[in-house]
Amino acid sequence: MTATEIKERIVGRSLKRREDPKLITGQGQYIDDIKLPGMVHAVLVRSPYAHANIKSIDTSAAKAHPGVVAVFTGEDMMDINPMPAAWQAGGVKNNAITPRALAVGKVAQVGDPVAIVIAEDRYVARDAAALVEVDYEPLDAVVDAKKATEPGAPQLHEGAPGNIVFEWDCGDKAKTDAAFASAEVSVSEPIINQRLIPTPIETRGAIARYDAATSEFTLWITSQAPHVHRLLLTAFVFGISETKLRCITVNVGGGFGQKIFCYNDMAFTMWVARKIGRPVKFIEDRSENYQYSTHGRDHITDAEICGTKDGQISGLRVKTYANIGAYFSTIAAGIPTTLYGRIVTGVYKIPAAYCHVTGTYTNTAMVDAYRGAGRPEASYLIERMIDRFAVEIGMDPAEVRRKNFIQPEDFPYENGLGLLPYDSGNYEPAMNKALEMAGYGDFRAKQAEARQNGKYLGLGMSSYVEICGVAPSAWIGLNGQGWGAGLWESANVRVHLTGKVVVTTGSLPHGQGLETTFAQIVAEELGVPYDDVEVQWGDTQGTPFGYGTYGSRSLTVGGTAIKRSLDKIKAKAKKLAAHMLEANEADIEFEDGKAFVKGSPDQAKTFGEIAAAAALSYSLPEGMEPSLDETSFYDPPNCTFPFGTHISLVEVDAATGHIDLLRYIAVDDCGNQINPMIVEGQIHGGIVQGLAQALYEGAVYDEDGQLLSGTLMDYAVPTAAMVPHIETASTVTPSPVNPLGVKGAGEAGTIASAQCVMNAVIDALSPFGVKHLQMPATPERVWQAIHGK
Amino acid sequence: MPQISVTVNGKQHTSEVEPRTLLVHYLRETLSLTGTHIGCDTSQCGACVVHLNGDSVKACTILAVQVDGAEVLTIEGLAHDGVLHPLQEGFWEKHGLQCGYCTPGMIMAAADLLKHNPSPSDDEIRHGLEGNLCRCTGYENIVRAVKYAAEKMNEAPVAAD
Repeated sequence: MTATEIKERIVGRSLKRREDPKLITGQGQYIDDIKLPGMVHAVLVRSPYAHANIKSIDTSAAKAHPGVVAVFTGEDMMDINPMPAAWQAGGVKNNAITPRALAVGKVAQVGDPVAIVIAEDRYVARDAAALVEVDYEPLDAVVDAKKATEPGAPQLHEGAPGNIVFEWDCGDKAKTDAAFASAEVSVSEPIINQRLIPTPIETRGAIARYDAATSEFTLWITSQAPHVHRLLLTAFVFGISETKLRCITVNVGGGFGQKIFCYNDMAFTMWVARKIGRPVKFIEDRSENYQYSTHGRDHITDAEICGTKDGQISGLRVKTYANIGAYFSTIAAGIPTTLYGRIVTGVYKIPAAYCHVTGTYTNTAMVDAYRGAGRPEASYLIERMIDRFAVEIGMDPAEVRRKNFIQPEDFPYENGLGLLPYDSGNYEPAMNKALEMAGYGDFRAKQAEARQNGKYLGLGMSSYVEICGVAPSAWIGLNGQGWGAGLWESANVRVHLTGKVVVTTGSLPHGQGLETTFAQIVAEELGVPYDDVEVQWGDTQGTPFGYGTYGSRSLTVGGTAIKRSLDKIKAKAKKLAAHMLEANEADIEFEDGKAFVKGSPDQAKTFGEIAAAAALSYSLPEGMEPSLDETSFYDPPNCTFPFGTHISLVEVDAATGHIDLLRYIAVDDCGNQINPMIVEGQIHGGIVQGLAQALYEGAVYDEDGQLLSGTLMDYAVPTAAMVPHIETASTVTPSPVNPLGVKGAGEAGTIASAQCVMNAVIDALSPFGVKHLQMPATPERVWQAIHGK
Repeated sequence: MPQISVTVNGKQHTSEVEPRTLLVHYLRETLSLTGTHIGCDTSQCGACVVHLNGDSVKACTILAVQVDGAEVLTIEGLAHDGVLHPLQEGFWEKHGLQCGYCTPGMIMAAADLLKHNPSPSDDEIRHGLEGNLCRCTGYENIVRAVKYAAEKMNEAPVAAD
């Protein structure tokens, strides 16, 4: 056994999270916990109409209410610009209409803010908000993404004729049309990916403070990307230097995408704080979060798949209407284009594919990234269509998958849809492992026997691939992807005189355990005690720039930035150790926190001794600067492509339509795992969000644009009793893209699970001739399908 | 304004409160006990669960004036002399939390569950926590955390006091 084998590795261990002690004792600090001296509270007056002209606003009674400090309307805030549109659909014209701080002249959705009441107390502000009188002229509304494009549909914005945000496509249309024209078998299906509400348990909010003496703002936000918000708010909305705004994010109570975006509450709290000279706090309540913070998904699609009778897929043709909502949210157009169309063929080698997407405005809440962001929609579509095709030709769905999988030797794999090449993968072992765990070998016999007894069992599988670790700036920023910036990350690693290490990162952990994961990497690389490593984040004053935490990118991109700083630190430490040991640098080895001349490990200098020598700088090699303090920037050469297969087993009660989710099995490959406990936790949470889409959740608007699922009483976020025990396993195919060999795990569960459950439900219902069912598969919908309604 | 006298985490407080003040706002704003969270406006999410005279309640559904003369326990009062409650330990050991926002309410609800059912099955834990929503964990590790705590509490010798 060698020395390196004996050494206890820190990377790869399921260490308990260092984030937890404060959170389990009530000592965490979330945005609503912050109180500033002199702080006042903001409450919004919001539109009850989905579409209306604002004829007049009378704020006099509200202003006269005791305890009210000020009341403002949108007209007051015309000196700042509308919110920015950061990611437009690439290579095509975008009609990007973004919201202003408060609506001016008309409202386009229920919950559109028309006035803001500032008071000493939250209760008083709410009392006074009820006194603001707004005279509306209601207009017809449209909520359906496809109907919005039809002649005669109500028009939301002058700058978007036909309510069109963009028309975008990818793939080879002529080749795909030809594949369908000559196909032995083709199947088409209308596929609806219903609108979801992300529902972090903490809603959103902002607290702004303005210092007139320095003309500097401080903005506390519950955010996944404070550096980006700082840039967008200063450069685009306020037209001031970004050095005049400091954004601080404290503990974030869940994000799931909804906290990536630049919202108007950030702008109006800043505007009011500057206007009245007092700090202003705005915190949404849950109904406001449901009405106005972003939603996810909402696609209406016609999908067609074709191939041979023996199961070879030859073509996929997709036409999708993507609902963007009433206005263009920050990165709204990138989700149903680059992150959807470009991966719509999934894990399969499909020689001809084409995807057309129409983004449309409707009188609904804005739609933007929600956990998985485009990839769950793509994965749902292809995995449903593979099953649909398998049923059509009478072949085992596992066999159809096996027959069409991209093979290990095909990587790096170009899918022909304008995506970067898939980095690595080995899809069949993950599927085989899942099938074995599920007992697939004798399932069909059991299923047939159960049917004899009037029990309807179903098994569904889902083999997925996703795009993580976004993204090379030169790809996402150029070449038609439409992202208006870079997507690198940066990190600083500073070693103090005492050998204690501080990492500052531009990533923004909000439940992913990044403090723990990053500290594990640092302790492993430098050989310092894990407890000597501190990880700091969240404050733009004191952390290097980062694009934020989303897209399962913070370990792959942010973590690699840290790794590069560690490499620089180690190189400098080695050089200094050579000087201290009066040896040649080439003869120095750095291992386990010690530097020594090859073959003489007993004459070692510890990392602590080297750190002290560097910081004191009494004796440094010629030309060496003091201190071990290195910043790195990492722009990935490619995205990463995690994959896996999930399987679920259900029993459907034919009398009531009730679905019992009996088992859920997940085999995921996210490359190397730094902390397997954290990875598994990410998978669990992701799966439940996806299976909730299959069985429970759906944001529902009526035809007038009223949100019927406007509270947690009506929107079915599952409880513990509504979800099954989850069985997990993994395979490990290290990513060749980054030196950590990691791929990302935050979204995989969600990307895999909705279709996994739906495929099982539809399999169970096959004796009733059911070939497809829209989500959520509520008992009512299942009962109707059984009864042919 | 009405005056209330209430013992919170063993410490007595006398305060004047508006009659409409919710207990959760009294705890958070007046007493600065911000470990009790707010996640909804319809009493669904359970982020605000505290104990009122030993029973779990949603602090968003109780008025501060209703707790006059009562004893309230919040997440801040659950650990004793720096020793974590077995549930706090269980949530840490079993990765029962991610963002941590639902956690105080979840732990307080689970404490009440274990008081009434010291050895719950997985199913009983899942049903016992139906009044609390978590969006991060998928509940799998919350179930493990509560089981961990139940086992630990059942092993521990009965405190002699």
